[in-house]
Amino acid sequence: MQFLSLAEAIEEFVHDGACVALEGFTHLIPFAAGHEIIRQGRRDLHLVRMTPDIVYDQMIGMGCAEKLTFSWGGNPGVGSLHRLRDAVENKWPRPLEIDEHSHAGMAAGYCAGAARLPFGVLRGYAGADLASVNPNVRGVRCPYTGEDLATVPALNPDVTVLHAQRADRKGNVAIHGIVGAQKEAALAAAALLVTAEEIVDELPPAMNSIVFPHWTVSAAVHCPGGAYPSYAHGFYRRDNSFYQSWDAIARDRESFRAWMARHVLACPDHKAHLASLRKEL
Amino acid sequence: MSGWTRDEMMTVAAARRLWDGCVCFVGIGLPSAACNLARLTHAPEIVLIYESGTIGTRPSTLPLSIGDGELAETALCVVPLPEVFSYYLQAGRVDVGFLGAAQIDRFGNLNSTVIGPYDEPRTRLPGAGGAPEIAAHAKQTFAIMRASPRTFVPQIDFRTTAGFLEGGDARAKTGMRGGGPRAVITDFGILTPAAPSNELTLSALFPGASVEEARAAIGWELAIGAAVETLAAPTAHELSVLRALNARTHAAHRRAVELPA
Repeated sequence: MQFLSLAEAIEEFVHDGACVALEGFTHLIPFAAGHEIIRQGRRDLHLVRMTPDIVYDQMIGMGCAEKLTFSWGGNPGVGSLHRLRDAVENKWPRPLEIDEHSHAGMAAGYCAGAARLPFGVLRGYAGADLASVNPNVRGVRCPYTGEDLATVPALNPDVTVLHAQRADRKGNVAIHGIVGAQKEAALAAAALLVTAEEIVDELPPAMNSIVFPHWTVSAAVHCPGGAYPSYAHGFYRRDNSFYQSWDAIARDRESFRAWMARHVLACPDHKAHLASLRKEL
Repeated sequence: MSGWTRDEMMTVAAARRLWDGCVCFVGIGLPSAACNLARLTHAPEIVLIYESGTIGTRPSTLPLSIGDGELAETALCVVPLPEVFSYYLQAGRVDVGFLGAAQIDRFGNLNSTVIGPYDEPRTRLPGAGGAPEIAAHAKQTFAIMRASPRTFVPQIDFRTTAGFLEGGDARAKTGMRGGGPRAVITDFGILTPAAPSNELTLSALFPGASVEEARAAIGWELAIGAAVETLAAPTAHELSVLRALNARTHAAHRRAVELPA
């Protein structure tokens, strides 16, 4: 466990060609880390995430990704992720290979990954065409009952990146609220990189809550506001109006690139990114 | 209060299908509006589950996403996502799954993946999310969709989510434990599967809607039930609760959020 700056952490843990999961189910999405990956110009990433959300729309539109493993790729409550669509429909800015699942299938893949089992098993994909277009969706016969069950390969990212409410000075990390599949995605990965709202002397009482003990954490970064425009429960709310405005920004290639140039590439860090948004309010 | 829109009637008709105390797995958008209207009118003890893991949630406004903070703050409990799919949905603890989609066919199969071929789609849609397993495991499912010949089609481009598959006993033969589609609520009335084919059949119309209009809105030759009921118009209470919910939601989604310092 080491404390690093965000730039140092991405430099050290996210390499070209790596399999990377930035998890967070609507809540605690690690936007600051995604932006730093874009700034550092990472290429050929295999991105893994249940709900790609705006952060992957940005990374895909900026050409960071070669492959996407996902289960629902939209802007929740708003509509399409236009950069994801453009990549799949028109191969812009580059072709994107997709490995598509249902939520239950992907959750099973993370659970198997965290347990270092080769595959996850579920009653899933029944009567669904995903099973016929994705060769990763297979089946197994239960040795006890003879029932046919669906299987998905374990998901084991090279690095999982999470945003958390708190880390303590030893590097223990705590998250609460809507926690999605973060616990599984974190423990499935070879390395775990965490950005946190605050670094505290002692975590709040933790019985039954989700804590990543320090030896499961590779690096922690103090990064206030690191989930914006997603949210960090207890710190700031989800900016639903930004999610709605993203639709128009991302619909057009040029307006997307101009926004990314002004608000991400021209900003040395996340603090500057937030300041650039504040200035335009 | 005079007059109502078809969209309002669609939400009201969907809400009325839900009963007090039922456990309902809620999709975002129209299903979420219908489920919360039910909770705020005749079904105060309905248990709403969103796939973000919020169980028994009671939001005062409709969430924009399935993971808005208010869903967590007003929930009985918040469980990790693998748990909500494995221990609740797959375990058979959900009465009703409430879905939407881009396309539906006469046997209630849904497409939310692509328009056009999968490998070269004309339109890439968001994809499956929780729907395939909601439809497989919930004791019954409802779908809510505005009708047009482009959405109610003879052949869906991709079967994201199973309804009755090819009809008849095709679904039963797969061993899926959930009962499948029970009703499709649309903006002229309600279609329900008719035995033994399980083909979606017109069973109810909104006040002022006609069989001819229903036929014109559906892309296959729509079967008409033996007795087509005319649904009661929304009550003043239903309308005022729905409009207040929509007004609160509209204001909440546009409220500026202070950027983190």
